[in-house]
Amino acid sequence: MPTYSASDAVPFGAVGPAGELGLFRQLHVSASGLAAGLAWLAFGMSCLWWPDIGDWPRTEGVAITAFIIAAGIVLATTTAKWLGRAGAGLQQRAPWLLALGLFLTLWEVATAKFGWLPLPFFPPPQSIVEVYTDDLPKLLDSVLASVKLQLGGYFIGAAAGFLTGVSIGWSRGVGYWVHPVLRFIGPLPATAWLPIAFFTFPSSWSASTFLIALATGFPVTVLTWSGVASVSSAYYDVARTLGAKPSFLVLKVAIPAALPHVFVGLFMGLGSSFAVLVVAEMIGVKAGLGWYLQWAQGWAAYANMYAALIVMSLLCSGAITLLFKVRDHLLVWQKGVVKW
Amino acid sequence: MVALALAEQALSIAAGASLEIDGVSHAFDIDGKVLPVLDDVSIKVAPGEFVALLGPSGCGKSTLLRLVAGLEPPRAGSLREDGVPITGPNPSRVVVFQDPTLFPWRHVWNNVALGLEAQGILKSQRHRVDAAIELVGLSTFRNAFPHQLSGGMAQRVALARALVNDPKILVLDEPLGKLDSLTRITMQAELVSLWQRSGFTALLVTHDVEEALFLANRVIVFSDRPAKIKADIVVDRPYPRHRGDAHLAELRRHILGLLGLDATW
Repeated sequence: MPTYSASDAVPFGAVGPAGELGLFRQLHVSASGLAAGLAWLAFGMSCLWWPDIGDWPRTEGVAITAFIIAAGIVLATTTAKWLGRAGAGLQQRAPWLLALGLFLTLWEVATAKFGWLPLPFFPPPQSIVEVYTDDLPKLLDSVLASVKLQLGGYFIGAAAGFLTGVSIGWSRGVGYWVHPVLRFIGPLPATAWLPIAFFTFPSSWSASTFLIALATGFPVTVLTWSGVASVSSAYYDVARTLGAKPSFLVLKVAIPAALPHVFVGLFMGLGSSFAVLVVAEMIGVKAGLGWYLQWAQGWAAYANMYAALIVMSLLCSGAITLLFKVRDHLLVWQKGVVKW
Repeated sequence: MVALALAEQALSIAAGASLEIDGVSHAFDIDGKVLPVLDDVSIKVAPGEFVALLGPSGCGKSTLLRLVAGLEPPRAGSLREDGVPITGPNPSRVVVFQDPTLFPWRHVWNNVALGLEAQGILKSQRHRVDAAIELVGLSTFRNAFPHQLSGGMAQRVALARALVNDPKILVLDEPLGKLDSLTRITMQAELVSLWQRSGFTALLVTHDVEEALFLANRVIVFSDRPAKIKADIVVDRPYPRHRGDAHLAELRRHILGLLGLDATW
């Protein structure tokens, strides 16, 4: 399955005229880099050119930052040769920077300057920046609370799911008892347990941990199980004729062979646990990004909501990137794994 | 050459074991029906002998090898290695399967080390792994993953994985069946020299009459399923054998006749 990421994009018009002198020969003004710089310049200009239709104290700061970014892009893409891999990476991403600059310009004009999009539902960029500068402590506390809750629940769920999956896959006896329970309870969305969990558990934190673990555990269990069950019997035959004991067959044959499946389960579990995390924080836990979103909505602080959403998406994407890094490291022996 | 000699020394020359297959019958239950696959098979293999089992496809030869390896118990009859009944798998009887079945998540070195690791003696015996890899000529590929190897190389690794255990009986289940004909001819010669140097007892299942005659002291011809012994032919020719040998050609015609293929020859 081919996947694409921004770093694969081919830069267009990357070569500019080279100077006569040795020093200048190293400088290539790249068209895409220049265009991206201009887009950011346009964004900065759009902040200053027209007056704001509302009261946003960060407009000037945003404009100056945009100018600095514009200059940085042009400078870095021109001297890309000296910057090594970072320079090459930036050069490759120049079209994306261009698109981003244009998007921000359009956003700025459509909200802060002419109000084409209704306020306060569509806040301008500078009001979101304002959230990050003025409401940072509360936002960071929320991030910390979310990460703590998510990590705890996810690791408990992943570990339990992995062990259950291996046991079901390996032992007929365990499978006999656990499989029906799994079939009955597993497909139930973890959020359906929410009301029960919140009054049976001693704290909302432990209840949420349980729910996140549940949401993670089900896909991990099923995929680990199917991974262990689908290991070719030829591998076991080989290991047995070479003198392997049952413990060796489980630890050194079944588990490594099932690992690609396990990672699919871990990936799916991560996705569903995010959903549970946010819902649990919105309803029960009085902390975390879910709660922050809820709180912002209560105060009609829409800029705060967008700011929190951006942070949340960075965190979720980061978590998946991390998981895929671990997978790539453990499964180097596989051919053609999907890039994230 | 020095390296090779050292390699052989490290894989201490284990004398082969004798193998007695005594009145063995076996059957499978398929959809509630009993499907007999082996019918009263008795074979005595002397220590260090190379015996080839020939027979039509699906006649039950590979099943016999599974019984010898101890992967399954027979329904009737008994199998003995050096007079000791075979009750389960043992690294003294190692199987090389038709597919190399290397573990894709292990490097070549770790694949070869599998047996020693499973027996818990790898730490003190690491040199044997190096020696076995040297023996099959894959030292430069010790850190390769199986998916980076060609079919012939993978089967060599499988051979090294078996030989590192100093097997007394090497059980070969069509090990060259899926290789291209050139690789196959090379590996047949290698197999003969490995067997001659190491002295293990070899039991080879093959479909290839020429291969059987090139490699084995004795060729046992099986009937269709359920497999019965049709003929037990001694191939009394010195090694290394010549493929154009007139006596082998004569035996080949005889064996093809036994397999019901005389019309074509």
